[in-house]
Amino acid sequence: MVKLITKEGLIPSHVNKLFYLMAPFVAVALGLISIAVIPFGPEITIGPVTTWMQLTDLRIGILFVIAVSSVGVYGVALGGWASNNKYSLLGGLRSSAQMISYELPLALAVAAPLLLANTLSFRDMVNYQSGYWLGFIPRWNLIPEIIAFIVFMIAGFAETNRVPFDLPEAENELVAGFHTEYSSMNFAAFFMAEYSNMVTVTAVATLLFLGGWQPPFPAPYSDVVPILVFALAGLIAVYHGLHPARRMDKFTLPATGLVFLGIAAIFGLSLFVPVLKTILMALFWFCGKILILLFVFIWVRATLPRFRYDQLMRFAWIFLFPLAMLNLLATSLIVALTTK
Amino acid sequence: MTALIFLIFACIAVFCGISLVVQTHPIASALSLIGVMGSLAILYLQLGGEFIAMAQIIVYAGAIMVLFVFVIMLLNAGAETPTFQASTFVKYLGIVLLVAFLGLISFIIQAALPKTEGVVFGGFQGTAADVGRKLFTSYLLPFEVTSVLILIALVGAIVLARKEI
Amino acid sequence: MPTSYSDTYFPVLVQIVIAVIVAAALVAISFLLGKHVKNRVKDSPYESGIAPTGSARERFSVKFYLVAIVFILFDIEAVFLYPWAVVYRELKLFGFGEMLVFVILILVGFFYVWKKGALDWSHEAPGDSPYGDPDAAPQSSVTKNAA
Repeated sequence: MVKLITKEGLIPSHVNKLFYLMAPFVAVALGLISIAVIPFGPEITIGPVTTWMQLTDLRIGILFVIAVSSVGVYGVALGGWASNNKYSLLGGLRSSAQMISYELPLALAVAAPLLLANTLSFRDMVNYQSGYWLGFIPRWNLIPEIIAFIVFMIAGFAETNRVPFDLPEAENELVAGFHTEYSSMNFAAFFMAEYSNMVTVTAVATLLFLGGWQPPFPAPYSDVVPILVFALAGLIAVYHGLHPARRMDKFTLPATGLVFLGIAAIFGLSLFVPVLKTILMALFWFCGKILILLFVFIWVRATLPRFRYDQLMRFAWIFLFPLAMLNLLATSLIVALTTK
Repeated sequence: MTALIFLIFACIAVFCGISLVVQTHPIASALSLIGVMGSLAILYLQLGGEFIAMAQIIVYAGAIMVLFVFVIMLLNAGAETPTFQASTFVKYLGIVLLVAFLGLISFIIQAALPKTEGVVFGGFQGTAADVGRKLFTSYLLPFEVTSVLILIALVGAIVLARKEI
Repeated sequence: MPTSYSDTYFPVLVQIVIAVIVAAALVAISFLLGKHVKNRVKDSPYESGIAPTGSARERFSVKFYLVAIVFILFDIEAVFLYPWAVVYRELKLFGFGEMLVFVILILVGFFYVWKKGALDWSHEAPGDSPYGDPDAAPQSSVTKNAA
């Protein structure tokens, strides 16, 4: 990242300068905006002040995220077009056609949990998912809406142009797709946008389907989990530090281990401070779920080969779209029959 | 505060509108149009029409303008060449006449229409729930007719493009 | 905790301003700090090291254009779903019936588009690709079940 800043920012003379510079700008700006409406935790009260762990809770927060992502196509389309290179243009066009095609199943998959919770605010959506069935099964939308969740994740992969949906940048066909002609920070900007979109997609998936910051087990047990996780990680790091495989590990691993043990201690202390506990627990579970989903993203990238472009488009239109639609109708029928 | 924001985004909308007409490059014009859509969406938000504002962005900026941009890119429309060169005097005279015309129109509209209450920022009930309640009870027929309209548009698009597939 | 309507949107405005500044800074930094050396070869469009042939400003398949049109129409349909979903528990079965009529009409359009081949990007029939196309067979059978 830092290295790329000082690289030569070549602006080839055959490009449309204004649009060429505007494309990474649009991509990054849109990637950052969505964070405003993502909630990180519940309502907390510190003394007289009650606040939300969130920048703002819009009544239409979910629509806001969809709206921002729907405009995201322009960064890619403009970048591809302005570069005035065959590969870029074809990559940009393919990418934008792919993004709009997968936006439909994404939108339909989002509508299914809305049917259950009847709200467009992320906070109400998470509150709807609090509590447990039979005392131990979390009331997450994941369980009744497993199909919508899968469709959402697949479409999310495609929206962020990740493998196996990274056709637009298929190296063996199109060099690097829409950013073939980009260098330096402008190039890094596209990647920052891609990663911030990944975080947004996973955060939205967590909020809509995985119960946001709600822990997966009832309270007394779930409080112990972060302590165990960090303590275990710390101990493992210290152990490996004591039996170093490389010379550097002698210093880095024990240091990391101590940091983890410290975090575990903070979590342990927080059990006695209610406010701190609420904040830390919410952050732990929310970030934990996001990290797991991000891990899936990386994992899939390492595992799956790339689709062929016609398969990609067929898959979006002929499989995902009808599937999401049928799932939505089935959900609505069940909700209508069970609502008194 | 609200008045200030209104003024800022109204100015952006008008500026983008002018740029839309003045720009010679079709992509620049299309981007200006997106600017108009975006600032209009913010004006809707100020009125309280949250759902309409988001629908404006999703449908107009996110879907219809994508089609425009695609068409411009696909047809490879270059910068347009001005068809005739007006003299400088005529250009300035045109601007003066345009301002005069707009003033006249706004005066006539103000005089002809009855006096109304001022608009209250955020006073309009336009959340998705409000829209849904209205749409699925009072305006049910227009809603169902919309689906017929979409169907016709789909068939029309395919028929027009059939030769090319 | 925000109380009034405009208060809830103020942080969004601030976030937009921050995002714009960060993005502009990113683009500007590399423009200002990077060194600028130009020569003709570096300047030419990248075509795998071969001298560029032809212009990139060529016409492309009408498919892209068709996908965009079809997307607009289904997107409008999707936007209608949100207010419906939000008030669904008030409407119950009546709401289900309303949406069923709407969706069936749209799906008729969808099948028309599908059967006319507007969603097919390969010109060959699925299955007779020279590489055997292992995905095609299970995928199409799943599709039929889902449809």
